[in-house]
Amino acid sequence: MSVQLQHPGYAEERLRLAAARLPCRETQAGALLSLLGEPEQYSYPSIFIYGHRATGKSHVTQTLLKELEMPHVVVSCVECVSAGLLFEQVLLSFFGSSSSELLPRSPSLSDFVRVYRQLCAQVPATQTRYIVLDRAELLRDMDSNLLPGFLRLQELVGDNVTVILLSEIVWDKFRPNTGCFEPLLLLFPNYSKVELQQILSQDSHPSYSPELYSAYINILLGVFYSVCRDLRELRHLAALNFSKFCEPLETGEAKEKDTHKLWRNIEPHLKRAMQTVYLREVSSVQWEQQQAEEREVGAVRGLSAHDHVELPYYSKFLLIAAYLASYNPARTDRRFFLKHHGKIKKTNFLKKHEKTSNHLLGPKPFPLDRLLAIFYSVVDSRVAPTASVFSQISSLVTLQLLSQVSHDDQLDSPKYKCAVSLDFIRAVARTVGFDILRYLYDFL
Amino acid sequence: MELSITPAPQPGAWRRRGVASDNDLIKKIQAEVIMSKRKAKDSHFTVGECISQVQRLLRERFCHQQLPLRPLGMESQHKHLLELLRRTAVHGESNSVLIVGPRGAGKTMLLNCVLKELLEVNEVKKNVLLVHLNGLLQTDDRIALKEITRQLHLENVVGDKVFGSFAENLAFLLEALKKGDRSTSRPVLFTLDEFDLFAHHKNQTLLYNLLDISQSAQTPVAVVGLTCRLDVLELLEKRVKSRFSHRQIHLLSPLGFERYLEIAQQQLSLPSDFPDHKFCEDWNASVKALCEDKSAEAVLQKHFNASKDFRSLHMLLMLALSRVTVSNPAIRPADLLEASRLCTADSKANVLHGLSILELCLIIAMKHLNDIYDGEPFNFQMVHNEFKKFIQRKSHSVHNFEKPVVIKAFEHLQQLELIKPMDGSTAKTQKEYQLVKLMLDHSQIMEALQKYPQCPTDVKQWAVSAFG
Repeated sequence: MSVQLQHPGYAEERLRLAAARLPCRETQAGALLSLLGEPEQYSYPSIFIYGHRATGKSHVTQTLLKELEMPHVVVSCVECVSAGLLFEQVLLSFFGSSSSELLPRSPSLSDFVRVYRQLCAQVPATQTRYIVLDRAELLRDMDSNLLPGFLRLQELVGDNVTVILLSEIVWDKFRPNTGCFEPLLLLFPNYSKVELQQILSQDSHPSYSPELYSAYINILLGVFYSVCRDLRELRHLAALNFSKFCEPLETGEAKEKDTHKLWRNIEPHLKRAMQTVYLREVSSVQWEQQQAEEREVGAVRGLSAHDHVELPYYSKFLLIAAYLASYNPARTDRRFFLKHHGKIKKTNFLKKHEKTSNHLLGPKPFPLDRLLAIFYSVVDSRVAPTASVFSQISSLVTLQLLSQVSHDDQLDSPKYKCAVSLDFIRAVARTVGFDILRYLYDFL
Repeated sequence: MELSITPAPQPGAWRRRGVASDNDLIKKIQAEVIMSKRKAKDSHFTVGECISQVQRLLRERFCHQQLPLRPLGMESQHKHLLELLRRTAVHGESNSVLIVGPRGAGKTMLLNCVLKELLEVNEVKKNVLLVHLNGLLQTDDRIALKEITRQLHLENVVGDKVFGSFAENLAFLLEALKKGDRSTSRPVLFTLDEFDLFAHHKNQTLLYNLLDISQSAQTPVAVVGLTCRLDVLELLEKRVKSRFSHRQIHLLSPLGFERYLEIAQQQLSLPSDFPDHKFCEDWNASVKALCEDKSAEAVLQKHFNASKDFRSLHMLLMLALSRVTVSNPAIRPADLLEASRLCTADSKANVLHGLSILELCLIIAMKHLNDIYDGEPFNFQMVHNEFKKFIQRKSHSVHNFEKPVVIKAFEHLQQLELIKPMDGSTAKTQKEYQLVKLMLDHSQIMEALQKYPQCPTDVKQWAVSAFG
């Protein structure tokens, strides 16, 4: 680490401790510290720190404030369902336990400022006080006066206080209509690939050499770096898959030196992890179980919800009919479902003046009559239009495979839309032996 | 005196606290100055101590908005307002006035300067009552009324109850204010910060009553509104508007660049009572040199062209100041340049630099869609289609990803608010077909792409090619 944290206002020992806990964030920590200044000096009334997820915004801020023992409070806006909770936390940590009792029930910003001023007159600040608001984007959804109020809190309460806002979203999206006090913007850029490697390599497994772990991280980054740069997510994935990586070492198939062999073993595995764990389709426990099973069975089983939907026979056809009705233009129905559809030439018929296919634009709504007409022509046996067919339609709506577009009060001709993807409907069609692609206008 | 305001033990104690603490601070600094003078006789200050002093002094100027001795560049407005308020305070004339100016133009500073000067007169200080309201804090009339009662120290006088109902409270206050007359009552100065927000209160009751009193020969009242909205009068109801004196003070500074430069220099210079004379001279000389430097001047010119208000200047100077350390005991032009770079950096471009390759590819696909369909909204499926075309045609560095992985990237972009859904009805449509809009500019994307670390060349080429 070449750049050391330096500031005349703080003990060197503490700065060194803080710096040790902030790998690869020396520049940002230094910049933040120089903005905060010495403890008793004023700092800018509000500082807005932005950057992607897991770039160390909260970590750097909290570590600095904690290690250097500045009076501060960290409030996560996710926890504050009401502004009152936020005020309470701030007062509690600045002025002790009895302070929040001064707030009335469901306090307004005005009450907060009044109580703050009152308490602050008794205990004036000897050092700058810091209020850190994590996930500050949620402040926008609270009362409209809250964000502008906090930005100029120093002026409103007349105390040496600085508000630090942390968010993933850029400041431009925060600015209210008539503007407000502009905070000082500070960027936390992403960790570079080298830095990620360096940080991830730190939590190596005790029973293996650090070099091996580092090589593993290198492979992991090779697979995931182009998709995900979130340190936390990568760390999670690294921890989950390391045992698989070590498998050949344990069975004695490979040595630590055989990097190529190890790579060949782990790479497809990591790719599979991207399609499952990374998407949260399976939990990490399930993933581990699956890994254990895999060793015995050897085949991979998709765990996504698509493979598990089991529907009644007619419901499947109803769904297929709905899909066809949603994605085919109504004028093409004659061609698909009539045996003798007259003199429609294929060239005429295939005038693709609608350049963009329906699979790009999304499903179109269709009336119930059309759904039933298509249903009767695709289902192989004769079905009477009984109540059971209709009830299956409404249960498909309940399952959110269909969605009702028109209002509920339109009883005679309700309209629906199909709400499933092509992959899903192909899987369903396969189970009933129906070649759906032949009936889709977009795929002719 | 009839007015029940008389029992107030300490007129305007509420607001004065801020000023008092300022005075304390000044005293403290003075004490330190004296101490340091004593010290200076036998030993010089170390550079570290000097820097620390400089930081303290200038930070107070930039961050705490410490009041200057005289407001800069608004002498006539200052005179006007002072005269107006003096008439209320000394002669008991009622008045109302609006101070209108853009954010950071110095509205509050002007008002505070005037109040400070006004309260220096002993007779005024004893006599005048101050009430400060802020539209951000007093979000409705009930809260505002409570606050007025509190600031006038009347909370114990409102019947037996601490606070009665809104109606009782208002009736009481109005009665108290109306009973008085020009000669015997103490004048009350109301200042309403963020005046436009008060116009959104129900029926504009507070504004109506305040302005009504200011129109009639009752207790002398001055109502000073501060706002950044030029059209603020349009917000007022007819009956409220007709009671307003239509006196407006505009703070649209006709500041020229020379004056701006002068002010910047003045803001950075140290006062002559700085403890270490030698250092003070050196510092001031370096500041002078800085302001004469060509590149620094260019930076300031650029900043001036963007906005002339003092607050943005303060932000720039503060950033430059934060780079001053023992090893770098003066502000160099390079520091100013760096500060300006930080100030003017495009934060959206910065966010783009942190995206993964996949997310960047999606942004480029959206850019192409925007070009083809002339800014029409699009959905995920179209973006994915464009992306797939790119992968099939000429990608060497980007592999094909499963659709769910791409959806996750797309959702991340939505979370970052780089793309925005068009309508609220998310429940009815599948997320692949939800119409969205790209919130980035064409040039922003291209610029971000140029600076993107280790951007694969085929992706770059794809971005510049005209037809997808």
